[in-house]
Formats: sequence, structure tokens, C-alpha cells
Amino acid sequence: MRFVDEYRDGEAVRQAAAAIASVQTRPWTLMEICGGQTHSILKFGLDQLLPPALTLVHGPGCPVCVTPLELIDQAVDIAARKEVIFTSFGDMLRVPGSRQSLLQVKSEGGDVRIVYSPLDALKLAKENPGREVVFFAVGFETTAPANAMAVWRAHELGLRNFTILCSHVLVPPAIDAILGAPDCRIQGFLAAGHVCTVEGCEDYEPLATKYGVPIVVTGFEPVDLMAGILACVQALEKGSATVENAYKRSASRAGNPHARALVRRVFETCDRAWRGIGVIPRSGLKLRREFAALDATRRFDCGHIRTEEPTECIAGEILLGHRRPSECAAFGNKCTPDHPLGAPMVSAEGACAAYYAYRRSA
Amino acid sequence: MTDERLPDPSQWSCPAPTESSDTVQLAHGGGGRLTQKLIESVFVPALRNPALEVLHDGAILSLPPGRIAFSTDSYVIDPIFFPGGDIGSLAVHGTVNDLAMCGARPLHFSAAFILEEGLPLSDLRRIVASMGRAAAEAGVTVVTGDTKVVDRGKGDGIFINTAGIGIVPEGVEIAPTLARAGDLVLVNGEIAVHGIAIMSVRQGLQFETEMVSDAASLHELVAAALEVAGSHVHVLRDPTRGGVASALNEIATAAGVSIELEERSIPVNEAVQGACELLGFDPLYVANEGKCLAIVAPSHAQAVLDAWRRHPLGKDAAIIGQVREEPRGRLVLHTRIGARRIVDMLSGEQLPRIC
Amino acid sequence: MCLGVPGKVVAITRHEVGMQMGRVQFGGIHKEVCLSFLPDIQLGDYVIVHAGFAISQLDEAEAAITLEILRQMGDLAELTEADADAVPNTGSDAVR
Repeated sequence: MRFVDEYRDGEAVRQAAAAIASVQTRPWTLMEICGGQTHSILKFGLDQLLPPALTLVHGPGCPVCVTPLELIDQAVDIAARKEVIFTSFGDMLRVPGSRQSLLQVKSEGGDVRIVYSPLDALKLAKENPGREVVFFAVGFETTAPANAMAVWRAHELGLRNFTILCSHVLVPPAIDAILGAPDCRIQGFLAAGHVCTVEGCEDYEPLATKYGVPIVVTGFEPVDLMAGILACVQALEKGSATVENAYKRSASRAGNPHARALVRRVFETCDRAWRGIGVIPRSGLKLRREFAALDATRRFDCGHIRTEEPTECIAGEILLGHRRPSECAAFGNKCTPDHPLGAPMVSAEGACAAYYAYRRSA
Repeated sequence: MTDERLPDPSQWSCPAPTESSDTVQLAHGGGGRLTQKLIESVFVPALRNPALEVLHDGAILSLPPGRIAFSTDSYVIDPIFFPGGDIGSLAVHGTVNDLAMCGARPLHFSAAFILEEGLPLSDLRRIVASMGRAAAEAGVTVVTGDTKVVDRGKGDGIFINTAGIGIVPEGVEIAPTLARAGDLVLVNGEIAVHGIAIMSVRQGLQFETEMVSDAASLHELVAAALEVAGSHVHVLRDPTRGGVASALNEIATAAGVSIELEERSIPVNEAVQGACELLGFDPLYVANEGKCLAIVAPSHAQAVLDAWRRHPLGKDAAIIGQVREEPRGRLVLHTRIGARRIVDMLSGEQLPRIC
Repeated sequence: MCLGVPGKVVAITRHEVGMQMGRVQFGGIHKEVCLSFLPDIQLGDYVIVHAGFAISQLDEAEAAITLEILRQMGDLAELTEADADAVPNTGSDAVR
């Protein structure tokens, strides 16, 4: 596949690893913010090729992991209703709520359907006028344009039976929270290449300056990750704290203006609770008042939801990079992919699931 | 006399069967006249063979000498018709393959149907005809069967169970426990085709390219391997649900060995690669229905490879890995960039993802 | 968080109000994708697709540059390594 295979080329990866080793003179700790990057690193075994003095910490860039428990419980409540067709990306199906996951609701007869795109959910709404179609709109900035378009179209078409349950989160405030925390050991950041493809790189410049930390926009394939790590190590060695773009074939400083415009037309920023971490100010998106009719929380009254997190789950500390999954007492015994206690063990790119799948013997 | 005073059978709610109908009804499973009619008009013509046509409670067979292999499987696939096959042909291929993976030559099958009230008879005819063709191609006969009908809403259309017997030739010893360090792992062709074909027709995920399932009977490939390598073929397995990764994990655990796969050697076609990238799937975990894994002593692996490549179902056959001592019970992938990672068992199905 | 897959635009199909659809080829399959966020896209261009939407056009020139820079850096690093622990050789290629 073009633009995929050449970025998985073993020779190119080896050359990049050699370059990193030759440039690095002391230990550095980097965080990769995006779950897709975590997944790629562990799937290809990239960390085995990096110098031992380079530490990669996995960040909270997993919208599945950070979707508030209350929202999962609301999703479960809505999905169980007879009149509802509940649609979602596959990622969300196994995440445990206080009592159930969406997959469990499905097995008990709830009409829960996996879709590839929010436009598929829109199509279902058009084809099933007698049913209520709800779409679980989860994601970072990369997915916001798609969800915005679905809302916009539903609004334009005057669809009465389509709503979204919105849990959008934004990366820059998360980076701010991570770097602003006491005993933060992160010295450099790999920013998410597709988030920046949509939003651009400008929002990261004030962060790099404020905390004196280099931030490198990085892609997802092995060669891209190595290129991003190399640029970050070079910046650290030079002592420079700027934003660089190592994913220029897709991301640009300005991002995608059409996507950005539609997102701002449909959504506005708000405070958002990140599961396991707490509220990060202005780190979420919610529907503008004009589109209130498309908000599932207004359409469906879920009553008072009593949330209950398992006490052993230290997801928050894992997501912020303070602890590794292997340091959790429940990891591998009480908490496994078969019976997960928290979201990072469920998500395909959650740090805990990735550690379990790829590292268990290590 | 007006029509309103005459009874209208079509409005009756009791299950008194109407004479003719184009869907399956409860009475078809009742054992009475309608059942008889169904057997004679649908099953027998498609599956015709002397043992079946006795239409006794059970079939009486004379078997050639040798050890008997016996296998059963139930088929619940949805959709029941898919590109490259249907639940009927799958029910034959699947059980033929289970027998073949024991090293057996498949001979005779039973076929039990659980039909949902309301299933169109035209669908049933199509499925049974497809079974008949698959059985004839594989050289097996369906010698006995059963039909039950369940209430509308209790059945998902149609479920099929097939059980099969076959004969294992003298000297053939195939078992997952027999894999040993040094053995080579072979596959007969491109992986992940069936699972992606099924996914491609599922609502919300369809592609504009038709992807055809690889469902096929593998007994000839097995016979070819045994002919050139005999007892040097240690393990055979068809990697169905859970894909190549699950099958090899099970074998590694059973034999107490490690299996290491070479990512660059695993055959994956372009369409499957594109689909897996899009859905976020790992082809190693995607179902196959026409693939055979063989674990063969290194002295005879090339001979098996050559024999397979001469067969239409094996033209893309490849050596994809090797059995090692350690890490015991584990499947390891040597990735295309030169690192190694564990390929674990999945706890459930792979789900499409956007993250 | 962002499974974005590169594909080639092989058809620009229907246009509903505010929504331009097209067909994109990924490896050996085709899928319908919304092209609204890339109004200047043309047949034969490569795009990154996420959740059914094309979000960027791939810059092929930049793509080549990344690989080239790495290649050069890698060669330099290996030359340096080779010098550092060089053993007199018989003239065979010291840099793999």
C-alpha cells in the first residue's frame, strides 16, 4: 500500500534508530500523546530499537480511556431502550461502565450497532424514521469534523430522530495539565499527527514556550515515529523548546481550514472531566445551543446516574504517565482484557491492554 | 350468502398448516406430512445418495479399515449468503476440514437443521443445493439428517449442524502436541480473506469492492502433504475463528513450544490489507475458511510447499515461521522492522476501531 | 486516537448540499468517503481518511523528503560508528 509500506520499511527504521543513537548524549524522557502511536510502537516493537537511555511514556491520548464514566453509563441507559438504535465506533463497545458495557447491553437485546463513520449513523436515521438513532460521538480533534458534519447534515435535513452523545476532548489543554503537574518528568512531547492535520500546530507554540519543552508533530508508522523521536532528541540536545513538524506530508501549521470552520460552527469549548484524571478546564467540546435538539442528553432523561469506579483501578496515574501498567497491583490478575477494571485495559491502544498483549512475558 | 360469513383461514391464529406456503412453517418440523414433503422435495434431491434414500432413523454404513475420525460443528453464520458461499457450503467445508486436519479422508456426514418459522423456502432450497454441490465436490455423502422448526424470533433464520466421519490412513499421526523445535510452519495461501469478506457486506461497514470468501474443502491439500511427507507432517490446523494467531497459540500451548512467525513471509493480498488498515484489524486474528496450517519437519517442508503450490488451493503457499523451544507456549512475531513481539490470544472478537 | 489511512481518490461522485462524496482506493479495496473538507481535491490525489472523511491531501514531495533525510542521517550515523570501531578490512563494504 502506497504511503504505508515505505513507512514500515525495516531499513529506514534502522537508519533512524542509528541516527537517534548517534545524536543522543544523555537520558531523555518523552511522552507520545496519542494512543494510536502507543499502539504502533508496541505492535512493531519500536521501543526495542531505541537506545536504552530514551524513555517513552504513554500519554492519555485515548478518547476511549478518558470518556467519563458517567457518559458510558448514560450510553448504556439509552442503548437499552427499545426505540433506540445506538450507534458507536467499535472502540467503545467493551468499555466497562459502572454496571455494564455497551457490548453487554447488545447481548441482552439492545440494538447496538458498530459503524465506521458518523454518516452511517445518519443513514440509519433516514432509513428508520420510526426509531431514535443515537450516535456516540467520541474522539479527539481528528474526529470532531466528522461528527460536526453529521450534526450539520441532520440539522439541514431537519431529521427529528438523530441525536449525538458527545464526548469530545482536546489535546493542548491535556498537555498543559500534564506539564503543569508537580514532578512531571516529561522533557519532550510527540504530538498527534492527525489531530494536527485537522487543527494545525499553532496551539502548541505557547505550550512549548511556557514550559520550555520541545513538541514534535509525529505520524503513526514506524518511520514516522522514529523521525519524530529523532527530531525531539535533536531539539533536546540543542536545548531548543520549539514546535516542529515531522509529519509534513499530512500536517501543516494551519491545519485544515474547512474542517476547523465546521467544528467551530457546530461545537464550542467547555470544561470536561477526563476519566481517572478529573476536570481539565476548556478541554472538551459541546454542541452549540443552536443544535441543542441534536443533543442526546436533552432527548433522553437518564435520571440521576450513580457512578462507581473499581477502587483498584489506577487509570488516572497510568494515563498521566506517572505509573506503568506493570506497576498496578491489579494488572494481569484481577484486571485483564477478559475482565477489565478500567478503560485502559479495554481500548485497543490503552496502555494497559497494549502492555498485556505485547509485554506479558517481559 | 356473503363472504363475511365464510371463515377466512388466513386470519386464523392457530397453527393449522395451510396446504401450500412459500415459507418454513412450524408444521415442517412436526414429523408429519409436511415434514415428509420437505425431505422429499428439498433435501433428498440435493443430497441424493443410497444411504440417505433409505430414509430410516439412522444410516447403516460399511467403512473401510482404519482408525475412524469423527468431528462435529454447528454453523450459525450471519449473513447466510455471502460472496463465495453460504451457510450450507460452509457447513460442508468446515466439517470436511476438521476431519482433514486429523489426517482423515472424509466420508459420511449427518446434517441437522434448525429452521426459523418464516424462512423462505427458496432460501432453504438454495442452501441445501449448495450443500449438495460442496459435498459432491468433496466426495462426501450426507447419509442422515434431521429437521426442526422453531417459532419466529427464536432462530436467526437457519442453524446447521454437521457431523462427519472419516478414515485416518495407517501411519498418519497428527496432533497439536507433536510440534517440535525446528519444525517449519506452512500456510497454503493468503490469510484473513473470509473474515474480511463477511465484514464487507455488513451494514455500516461495506466496501465498494466485492471480497469473496476463501471457503473451500482442504482434504486434497492434506492428502498431498501426507503423500510427500507422511509422518513428517506433525500438526495440521485450519485457522477459522480467531485466525492464524489463535490457532498457533493453541498449538504452542498444547505442545509446550514457541512458534515464531516471520511477518514478511505471511501472504496477505492487497484488498485484505486495505480493509484491515481501514478497520484497524490485524489480519492474524481474522477468520479463514479455506486455509490450512501445517507444521512439518524441516527435512520435508519444501516438499510439502512444492506439492501445495501445484494445487489450485495452494498456489500462494508459503513457509511463514518456525517452531522454537522458548518462550514456551507463546506465539512470537518477528516484525518487518526487525523487532519481536508476543502475539497473544484475543479475549473476544476484533472490533472495528477509529483509534 | 486517530486511525487515518492513506488512499487514492479514484472517483468524485455525488454532491449533496454541503457534502461532496467520492471513492477512495485503499490497497485493493474501494470505499465511499466524504471529500467536503478538501474542496480542491482531484482524481489521482492521495488523501488521509479518518472515520469516513478525507482530512488532508498527502504532500508527495514532503513524503519523499522525510525518507531521504532519514536515509542520509542513517548513513552518516553508521559511517561514524564504523569509524569508531573500525578494524582493518579486506576492502569489503564496511557500511551495510
